[in-house]
Amino acid sequence: MSHPLRRQRYLIDFTLASLWRRRGKNLGLLGVYGLIVFLLASVMLFSQALRREAGLLLEGAPAVTLQRLLAGRHDLIPGDYLTRIGRLRGVSDQYGRLWGYFFDPAVRANYTLMVPRDREVAQGEVLIGAGIARTRGLGPGDVLSLRSAGGTAFAFRVAEVLAAEAELVSADLMLVGEGDFRTFFGIPAGMYTDLALEVRNPREVRTVAEKLVTLLPDTRPILREEILRTYDALFQWRQGIVFVLLAGSLLAFVIFAWDRASGLSAEERREIGILKAIGWETGDVLRMKFWEGALVSLAAFLLGYLAAYAHVFLADAALFAPVLKGWAVLYPQFRLVPYVDGLQVATLFFFTVFPYTVATLIPIWRAATTDPDAVMRG
Amino acid sequence: MIELCEVTKVFHEGLPNELRAVDGVSLTIAPNRITVLRGPSGSGKTTLLSMIGCLARPTSGRILLHGRNLSGLPERFLTAVRRETFGFTFQRFNLIQGLSVLANVMLPAYPLAPDHGELVARARALLAQFGLKDKEAARVEWLSGGEAQRTAICRALINDPEVLIADEPTANLDSRLSREFMGIMDGLKAAGRTLILTSHDPEVFEADCVDRVVTLHDGAVLDP
Amino acid sequence: MTSDPEKTFGSTGPGAPAGGRVPRPSTWPLALLGLGLVLFLGTLGHAAWRGRQPAAAPGAQRELVARLGLSDLALFTEARYTRHLSQADLHSAFQDHPMALDHFPSASLVPPTPISGR
Repeated sequence: MSHPLRRQRYLIDFTLASLWRRRGKNLGLLGVYGLIVFLLASVMLFSQALRREAGLLLEGAPAVTLQRLLAGRHDLIPGDYLTRIGRLRGVSDQYGRLWGYFFDPAVRANYTLMVPRDREVAQGEVLIGAGIARTRGLGPGDVLSLRSAGGTAFAFRVAEVLAAEAELVSADLMLVGEGDFRTFFGIPAGMYTDLALEVRNPREVRTVAEKLVTLLPDTRPILREEILRTYDALFQWRQGIVFVLLAGSLLAFVIFAWDRASGLSAEERREIGILKAIGWETGDVLRMKFWEGALVSLAAFLLGYLAAYAHVFLADAALFAPVLKGWAVLYPQFRLVPYVDGLQVATLFFFTVFPYTVATLIPIWRAATTDPDAVMRG
Repeated sequence: MIELCEVTKVFHEGLPNELRAVDGVSLTIAPNRITVLRGPSGSGKTTLLSMIGCLARPTSGRILLHGRNLSGLPERFLTAVRRETFGFTFQRFNLIQGLSVLANVMLPAYPLAPDHGELVARARALLAQFGLKDKEAARVEWLSGGEAQRTAICRALINDPEVLIADEPTANLDSRLSREFMGIMDGLKAAGRTLILTSHDPEVFEADCVDRVVTLHDGAVLDP
Repeated sequence: MTSDPEKTFGSTGPGAPAGGRVPRPSTWPLALLGLGLVLFLGTLGHAAWRGRQPAAAPGAQRELVARLGLSDLALFTEARYTRHLSQADLHSAFQDHPMALDHFPSASLVPPTPISGR
């Protein structure tokens, strides 16, 4: 090891030995600091990974969804709007969609019922999402009984449970045949929940949307890019209320650290005087204090970040489940693909290490630069 | 070897509580001798000692070490000089609480960053010579007065300095330990070091090994 | 107990004891920090590696989304407008009457849908 490195190692020796003298307090400090970093990093990693996942998944959503509004509210849309649209340039496919919500009083959960396009569901049968299967304890062959709009009980036989890996998008789904759907909800033939259009060229989507609005003034088109932007905005960590709260706690902690460090006790001042008197330069004293702040905050950062990584990507963000669940009964079990945004980690690192290091260093500046003469005086 | 020319130290200059701790002291400290600065408290001997040992700068006057003027040196060089030339022991020992004896002894050498194994060996050699070998891992709070004194001496000697400076070394020792301390001082002199002490303890300034006693009063030398 | 005045010292005096090695206070902490840094870089590598296989992990999910034309994640199943975030109209949060305040916990995490300027 070269000379300057060896010197720093000696300074670190002293700093750590000095911290170890009050090991309970300092380990506690490290623990609390690490915990705050853990919470912040968890929120950050979770929302970033979910954002990316949503972005990737929802690229399969329909290019344009057309809703009909009645008195500002979403209403059913007649099927002959499809004829009124006719053949628009760029639209490769257009069809009506049937989907709706059902509140199941037995478990107080909301289900999303849907008529799938890609398969034919036999009458009286249903394909349920893994979340419903879990909540109601259902498997293939079991019967699910729900109360229809008309008041009668509808018995659905479970034909299949949707894949568990797809829970993030399908946990509460119930796929039924069209006839069953219309009878169950009392939706007359020819009416749909909304219309979906597929557009080949992404750049033509806006033009199509504009034409639709002109053609059908009581409708509202929703573009795929808006869907993606919705989820992008949802997980933007900057706007997260949770993040603001945690950043506030970090700030409070730094203020506390400053307060603790800035009241330099007589004991500490004396020790700095001793160090200078036995031959340490001002620079040595300052560097020694710098190492104290830097090593503690670096350790807190690493502890918190690594714990957060394990929490989010290995333990599926178990601590956040109650927060995200809110009052919902159904909550999807999903494992996120690990994803780390370098810029955010760097920002977290900077805000964890820099303020704390400065907060421990600044208060001793004055003491470190004065003559050690005061030590001699008794 | 160490020359002081009209050295003056004034505290709180210009303020109502202005204090002239040292006033126009001129003194020569001979090498390889034991010099004792004697006087009542408030006589300025501690201040004078701290200026000789480069812990403080004089307000006016010059201090020369081997003919080299120390007063004008920037802090970095002053600290280097202090480290290499002077070793200190303080009246209240001023050991770092909570650290072991060995760690305390090695501290002054940290900025010089020697090889760790060699530094430990050096420190242990010193501790052995002062009978502290089996105390090396003990916390300094657990030491008796005499042991703490000897630890402080080991610390002062870790960088092998020419001059050892001791401020009121026997203030916290009984007469037997004080005599023992003076025996150590004699041994150090025999090994070629220069020693400067301050004290108002007769065990110190009346000891046989003391070569010169300088009496201070109100910041000035009484009998040169 | 008494120090031997003759046996004073140079740097390697004759009385140098053969003691054990002294552990440095910084050895373990620095080693742990080093390990932490290695793990940290490991997470970056791990995430980068997993990110390069996008098709593998959510394969079943993407298929389902494409086949069914799904538009939202099933994260917040409390209310209609939290379940289908992108499909919710502007007034669905105030479903019962205009003075009804938004009361679902999830809605505090979920911002209103952005409207593209049209």
